Amino acid sequence: MVSVVYEAPDLIEGAVNLLAKSDIPAHVLAGGTDLIIQTNNSSDAERLIVDVKKIAGMTDANLTDAALELGPSMSCASFTERDDIKAVYPGLVEAAYLIGSTQVQGRASVGGNLCNSSPAADTIPALIANGAQCVIAGPNGERTVPVEEFVTGVGQNCMEKGELLKQITVPRPAANTSDAYLRFIPRTEMDIAVAGAGVSVTLDDTGTCTAARVAIGAVAPTALLVPEAADALVGSKLDEAALQAAADAASAASNPITDRRGTVEYRRQVVGVLVKRAASIAAERAKEG
Amino acid sequence: MSEAREFKYIGQRTIRPDGFDKVTGRAQYGADLNLPGMIWGRTLRSPHAHAKILSIDTSKAEAHPDVFAVVTFKDFGSVEGESINAGEGAADVLDLARNCLADDKVLYHGHAIAAVAARTERVADDALALIEVKYEVLSPVLDVEDAMKDGAPILHEDMFTQGYEETPSSPSNIATRLEMKMGDIEAGFAEADVIVEREFRTPTAHQGYIEPHACTARYDEDGQSLVWCCTQGHFDVRTSTAKLLHIDLSKLKVVASEIGGGFGGKTVVYQEPVALALSRKSGRPVKMVMNRDEVFMATGPTSAAKLKAKVGAKKDGTITAMQGWMAYEAGAFKGSPMMPGVMTMFTPYDCGNVQVEGFDVVVNKCKVAAYRAPGAPQAEFAAEMVVNELAEELGMDPIELRLKNAAKEGTQTIYGPKLKTVGLVECLEAARDSDHYKSTLAEGCGRGIAAGFWFNIGGQSSVSINMNTDGTGTIIEGSPDIGGSRASMQMMAAEVLQIEPSRLKPIVADTDSLPYSQGTGGSRVTFATGMAVIEAAEDVVRQLKERAAAIWNVTAEQVDYVDGVAINTAGGEKMTLAEVCEAAEKTGGQISGTGNINARGAGPSFAVHLCDTKVDKETGKVDVVRYTAIQDAGKAIHPSYVEGQLQGGAVQGIGWALNEEYIYNDDGVMENPGFLDYRIPLASDLPMIEAIIVEVPNAFHPYGVRGVGESGIIPPLAAVGWSVGNAIGRKVEELPCSPPRVLSLIQNG
Repeated sequence: MVSVVYEAPDLIEGAVNLLAKSDIPAHVLAGGTDLIIQTNNSSDAERLIVDVKKIAGMTDANLTDAALELGPSMSCASFTERDDIKAVYPGLVEAAYLIGSTQVQGRASVGGNLCNSSPAADTIPALIANGAQCVIAGPNGERTVPVEEFVTGVGQNCMEKGELLKQITVPRPAANTSDAYLRFIPRTEMDIAVAGAGVSVTLDDTGTCTAARVAIGAVAPTALLVPEAADALVGSKLDEAALQAAADAASAASNPITDRRGTVEYRRQVVGVLVKRAASIAAERAKEG
Repeated sequence: MSEAREFKYIGQRTIRPDGFDKVTGRAQYGADLNLPGMIWGRTLRSPHAHAKILSIDTSKAEAHPDVFAVVTFKDFGSVEGESINAGEGAADVLDLARNCLADDKVLYHGHAIAAVAARTERVADDALALIEVKYEVLSPVLDVEDAMKDGAPILHEDMFTQGYEETPSSPSNIATRLEMKMGDIEAGFAEADVIVEREFRTPTAHQGYIEPHACTARYDEDGQSLVWCCTQGHFDVRTSTAKLLHIDLSKLKVVASEIGGGFGGKTVVYQEPVALALSRKSGRPVKMVMNRDEVFMATGPTSAAKLKAKVGAKKDGTITAMQGWMAYEAGAFKGSPMMPGVMTMFTPYDCGNVQVEGFDVVVNKCKVAAYRAPGAPQAEFAAEMVVNELAEELGMDPIELRLKNAAKEGTQTIYGPKLKTVGLVECLEAARDSDHYKSTLAEGCGRGIAAGFWFNIGGQSSVSINMNTDGTGTIIEGSPDIGGSRASMQMMAAEVLQIEPSRLKPIVADTDSLPYSQGTGGSRVTFATGMAVIEAAEDVVRQLKERAAAIWNVTAEQVDYVDGVAINTAGGEKMTLAEVCEAAEKTGGQISGTGNINARGAGPSFAVHLCDTKVDKETGKVDVVRYTAIQDAGKAIHPSYVEGQLQGGAVQGIGWALNEEYIYNDDGVMENPGFLDYRIPLASDLPMIEAIIVEVPNAFHPYGVRGVGESGIIPPLAAVGWSVGNAIGRKVEELPCSPPRVLSLIQNG
């Protein structure tokens, strides 16, 4: 028989304590859209499920002058409804909007997407492009890790036993900055990225790019920050040559596999195309903003 | 039917009688029957694509305290290789048995080997791991080219190619070779000014029905038994299951549940005989429900195919010769739809010099089953692609080229008969005159057109109409309703009885309640079961006249029946249908009409589709921007359902052309057994499919009906394929046009 212990603490400390002291496999439950499928297929006879949604702040988002303080378990549906957030981070919101279906978005969360640590997760490149940080609570206190260092492998991340993602902090972008996220799927929705690209650009008054962050997904074991692609954009007016150089840098940085969703060659090519297009969209938004 | 006539109910868009149950969730599907004491069956499946089974040890599973029974092939007892009518066409009983549970060999990844019945589904699943199977793994054969090579690993040592004058003496993976021809093919090509020739490939494609196969079976102490399942033909489930378990037909009742899609795939038994064998052994009712991955790995998609097509024409567009070659994958056992492929390939064209050769080839993949116009989409894809190229070479409009050569009444077919009245010309004219065809193609887009031909069938249908004393009635039919046929039956009976359709309740009865009815397939139900309904309703009218005559003391010939009212032409009295039914007790008992027929005269349905696509030249992604499906329905009984069939066929064909394909690794393991990676189109992927119904009546049906269920899946393969090629300036030779393949075509030609 399978035995499941369910706990729903209302304090971070309580959750950390449960996770740290469990002698059976323990899992954090946010929306459960990945976890429930994974545990149903698991052979573990006993498991502890720690539902973190009752902890204050876990399902809220607070947009301050300094940053977006995002509760990791906030549902994507609630998140994507927030026009104030969308005005500042349109690319991040559109990434969250791509996860699953309308129904799934009622449960799925950005933090869950991050902690599931799939190479194809849509929000991760968008978070990296925005320089987001993970605030991790654990038995030894809190620590902060940039998103690009959070995921360490396919389905793996840097969190140790007893640790829990407490907040995702996304700094307020500089003036004349905006972002975009694009993914490629063969259909229009309900699919997993063959490749993805999140780009943030800052323009000066002349339309010259003064800063950029480029992140790519589904083309390596983890989402990658690609400084070479950003370097290709900075100093340019995002003309075709600069965009193509960024695309080429992203293709070169990618390290994809061939599987049922695409070949190495195809993914390399497409991720470059996405970087180019996302950079153009981000630049348009930065000009409008 | 020879001329247009006025109808009272036919042609209306009535409310479907099954709608409320379906939208409220009351409808009972294959997995919805639970019986007292019921246990769960699960299936052990092969991890290998090709292996000898050296031994199966079930003792540990049987010893599990919550396991009630384990079955293997041996539980079928002695099974002879004989042909029975099982679903769409004949099946070999031994092959059927060996597909339900492997005998001495596993022939595909996912091939069923044993089944366990246990207290819960989870325990049954766990107990599968206790069954020990020893294999000798063999090299798999994964496509027709490898399978047809000399020295290829042989799937069946007792298979010798049929169809040559002399049957070869050594076994082969080629089950059958078939050639059909007429005229002089060499002379035809010699006459041609332009010749186009190409090779094509199409992938294994699944019907993609949403409801997985599911059944509940109960074998009683007295030998009576019950199978409840989702199927397109419960009488055929009875035939197959009774044969495998050696049961009298009268002792096996099969009930067809509501069905969540079939498209040909639910014409074959997989779990039903196994569940009943488990029930017989355990003494408990057994439920079996496939997972989605089992549906993909181990049911019956349609054949992947390799094809060649060659066509020649004079400068004025007169086609002088058409030649085809095809090899269809049958999967693990013989019986691909290669023959209908050969027969349909060039039937849309009136050409005297035609030759087509086909091969039915076994490979280490699941055994194919029927899929909407089985065999025709692949063959006609190849034909339509070269016809489009011919139009391009000739500088002719592709519709004008087709009109010049269109098959019509009297055209000789390659398979024997001459065509009766058909509507291809009318469909082509409707396409030419459509808003879509007249519209200007947007920059960077491509346009494709293709025709499609499917025979349609008639066959055996049994119907009773039982009248009630209030003048309402029940239409009892034996054809599972997969496409809205209950609404059509209601309307056809209403037309004869001249009463509101809603006063008649159509039901699909179990195998105990009616004589044999062939399954739902071949676009036969609205045509053939509809004829049986009309016959049964006419029988009711005859009885109504007799009963009214008895009351009025006149002869039945003196009674007219008009607008639902019996009229005494001698005395002038009138009785409504309800009044005659109410008086039935006094005039000889209740009124019931029957129509048990073997319908002949099914009218072929031609279809013509137009497709505009836009291709992202940097990613290879194809968007269908406009699509029109035109098809001859003979007479549309319920136009909404006819449009639904046209649209549904188009969408399945578009999916096949764009993204759907079985992906196997080198070991023959299917890598995409789920809807995430087996990509059927989503609603948001497609524009509204514009449907244009053409009505050229079929003279052999009282209301002119032609089946419309299948032809619509044929043209999309070439309409999409040509459109994509047109958009990128390349020639598509392989489906699906998935983004990586299209990008490679753009970059490498």
